[in-house]
Amino acid sequence: MNRTRTLLMAATMLTFARHTNAANLPADPPVVLIQNATILTVTHGIIEHGSILIRDGKIAEVGKDIKAPKDAEVIDATGQYVMPGIIDCHSHIAIDGGVNEGSISVSSMANIKEVLDSDDIAIYRDLAGGVTEANVLHGSANPIGGQTIVIKLRWGQPADNSPFEGAVPGIKFALGENPKRSNFSIPGQPKRYPATRMGVEETIRAAFTEARDYKNAWDTYNKKVGAGEKNLIPPRRDLKLEPLVEVLEGKRYVHAHCYREDEILMLLRVAKEFGFKVRTLQHVLEGYKVADEIAAAGAYGSTFSDWWAYKVEAFDAIPYNMALMTRRGVIMSVNSDDAEEATHLNQEAAKSMKYGGLTHNEALRLVTLNPAIQLGIEKRVGSIEVGKDADLAVYNRDPLSAYAVVQKTLIDGKVYFDRAKDIAGRAKLEQEKKELLEKEKKAGEKKPENAGKKIEATPVEKKPEAAKPAEKKPEETPKPPSGSTARSNSPESAGALAGGAR
Amino acid sequence: MRIHAISRRPLYLLLAAGLLCVSSLATGQEKPATVYAITHGKVFPVSGAPIEDGTVIIRDGKIAAVGANVPVPAEAKVIDAKGLQVYPGLFDPITQMGLREIGAVSATVDTTETGEFNPDVVAAEAILPSSEHIPVTRASGITEVLAVPASGGFDSGGGGNIFGGQASAINMAGWTINDMLLKKSVAMVLDWPKIQTRSFDFTTFSIKEKPYGEAKQEYEKNLNMLKDWLDEARHYAVAMGHGGKADYDGDVKLEALVPVVRGQLPVLVFADRERDIRNAVEFCEQEKLKMILAGGEEAYKVKDLLRSKDIPVILRPMLTEVPDDDDPYDVLLTQPEVLHEAGVRFAIGSFDNSFARRLGQNAANAVAYGLPYDEALKAVTIYPAEILGLGDEVGTLDAGKIANVIVTNGDPLEVTTDVKYLFIKGQPTSLDNKQLELYEKYLHRPKAD
Repeated sequence: MNRTRTLLMAATMLTFARHTNAANLPADPPVVLIQNATILTVTHGIIEHGSILIRDGKIAEVGKDIKAPKDAEVIDATGQYVMPGIIDCHSHIAIDGGVNEGSISVSSMANIKEVLDSDDIAIYRDLAGGVTEANVLHGSANPIGGQTIVIKLRWGQPADNSPFEGAVPGIKFALGENPKRSNFSIPGQPKRYPATRMGVEETIRAAFTEARDYKNAWDTYNKKVGAGEKNLIPPRRDLKLEPLVEVLEGKRYVHAHCYREDEILMLLRVAKEFGFKVRTLQHVLEGYKVADEIAAAGAYGSTFSDWWAYKVEAFDAIPYNMALMTRRGVIMSVNSDDAEEATHLNQEAAKSMKYGGLTHNEALRLVTLNPAIQLGIEKRVGSIEVGKDADLAVYNRDPLSAYAVVQKTLIDGKVYFDRAKDIAGRAKLEQEKKELLEKEKKAGEKKPENAGKKIEATPVEKKPEAAKPAEKKPEETPKPPSGSTARSNSPESAGALAGGAR
Repeated sequence: MRIHAISRRPLYLLLAAGLLCVSSLATGQEKPATVYAITHGKVFPVSGAPIEDGTVIIRDGKIAAVGANVPVPAEAKVIDAKGLQVYPGLFDPITQMGLREIGAVSATVDTTETGEFNPDVVAAEAILPSSEHIPVTRASGITEVLAVPASGGFDSGGGGNIFGGQASAINMAGWTINDMLLKKSVAMVLDWPKIQTRSFDFTTFSIKEKPYGEAKQEYEKNLNMLKDWLDEARHYAVAMGHGGKADYDGDVKLEALVPVVRGQLPVLVFADRERDIRNAVEFCEQEKLKMILAGGEEAYKVKDLLRSKDIPVILRPMLTEVPDDDDPYDVLLTQPEVLHEAGVRFAIGSFDNSFARRLGQNAANAVAYGLPYDEALKAVTIYPAEILGLGDEVGTLDAGKIANVIVTNGDPLEVTTDVKYLFIKGQPTSLDNKQLELYEKYLHRPKAD
């Protein structure tokens, strides 16, 4: 429940996983064979006692009787289940600092790509939950928020290696309570526009009106340049409007945080008027009320499994949303919005079988092929097919169960998470941590300015309960209470306030 | 599936009611039957081995008999549970049920008083029987909960309590709180004072740091205040024992603490960190308080202490973010098995309302990481009941207990299992709820053009 990690502590806290992991970077075997598994291909049914041959990080063969090539590293998966790696369509992990640039109502100039943090332990923990891809989003403090990016959870690699190559970049929009800041206010600061859903609509309309003019100016200029005109002065670059022009040109996906039926239809109207598509409606908790309209607009939906009642716009949220919208023809995914929730998205998807009766494969699609389609990466990931990236999750049993435990997670054919190895390595980590703390303590004692201070004051100090920094809060954060009573209030609002998450 | 399916309320009513529509319990018109027989189900009494083709007889709100060859009384209304499984309902030992409807709307939140010492506020005085959370939660098989003041959750106000008030145990159906109440005063909430060097300051909107020494001083100040309160309560208890009311000035707060200092009312101590738990254990021992630990994220680090003092723990959900970056990723998932191995008594709580229905899911996750299944099932049925002093009333299918019974199509801890029949206080109880109604309404929305 410490939904947030303390950046405050960064100075004194040592992230051991990072240090050790560098030495443990997954090796790069050219050929891997996963043998004798139940393979949930998603697109071609279930293969019992099947094998997957991986070459150069891609799936080379899938079937029953694949002989291990001489040079192959064999993973015996007898009794285990292999599914495509989980794709989390709404994540805020791996972000260094605030999730929200909440000071202005249009923050499209801000870009998550520039603040990716490859040391975020949430990357590793999500891997341990079978997640291989995440759509890393800006927060929901603004009607038009920052630019977003799809990453592969290549834990241990530098941040520059995490973006999903070739994935269409996105931009976060947000409707309703969060952008109108109804649940948050910062003492001493004036209220920011917009403060109503009317104003949210107006903000988006105004921004796209500007963007359309800006695009026209550039189009005119480029046309003249093309016609050979000389001595032209180009329009002044506008970093706020550039990403919106990309939206108008279909080069950037809109991922729109929304709850209520009215605001969903509002956004679809505005998008239609300006001639762009809304790629995904995020959360979309009342989407089931207007599913036909969403399907007709060609938008996709990415929702929670069973979150509700944390605010008024979530009071009509129902766990049947996944099934109802699917049945009305909307391609749906289940997302996390939260580093911890991401570690059991398989279980969350399974709930769609109970609530509304999706089939086993439909449920599986909610966290694999469907989010892949939503992010435009379905040619690369989302199912177990020849030619796709070998991004896989290996479970000890059918993953659509609360009893399933991830054994291995592979990205590009490399094992980035291995439960057995994780357990085996713990004693060594513990030892390393001890030694480092010793060392730090000694270093502290040597310093003359510390001479008079009590030793207790040093780093062994644990992270405080109440001091949750804003930025790591999941967007929606209703998730249970962290804890003690003291933790109950402030962190939530604090996160929201400073950042405007959830 | 639903028995006594409530006639569907007209939808306009549902809409008109706005926030809170009336939740329903069984039926009100005719006098309800009092004898029921659940037959041919696989019965899991929890107190003993499963019975393959078992019968559960319910009479006058209580379980009358459980077994393989139990005769069905002639007057019994029979529920054929062939192919189904019968369990005691689940018990969620920490929620804010009925005290919070919508987290972000303070007008609907009554979880946490202002001020530091509120031993005399009682959850049962503010529980809303028609809360939408109640039917939604019981549809997942939770038949009784503890409603706990100042126990976290997604709130919009309050906080800063040391004594947060008294927790009340309720059955998850009833027209009024009188119908629902299992026990009004079950435990005194004590949010253990922490040594906090960093805190969030709302006036400047920044993290405030203070030196360890100062934080410790503040902690000691809180501790001394706490001791003073308990001392005064002891004196008050003596005064109460003396003569009549005329002998002393009444004090509602001290009066509320009397059962605490007499060791009659357990103290539900919220603490997660190793140091805080140790401090709390030591304090409660000195003060002779009957301690139940709530939260306990690092209980595994003090398992021997908890075992030796026989302090039971109500664990927060396993599906909770791991406290420290350096902790193993599964530290909260494996903790139940670690505590079980060490002989520490524990139950699992949701610590929430809208996520209360994940109680079984959390227990199942503990099994996935090593806890024996039977122990997990007990951790959400009989163990919370025992820890809270209600072990004779609920938590197992045994004759004489309150008939809080669920009939399912599978393992009640698994995320895909449906509850098919639900009995609360021996009455068939509707599985209908706000969410199911919305589902059915929009399932039948004509296709839009």
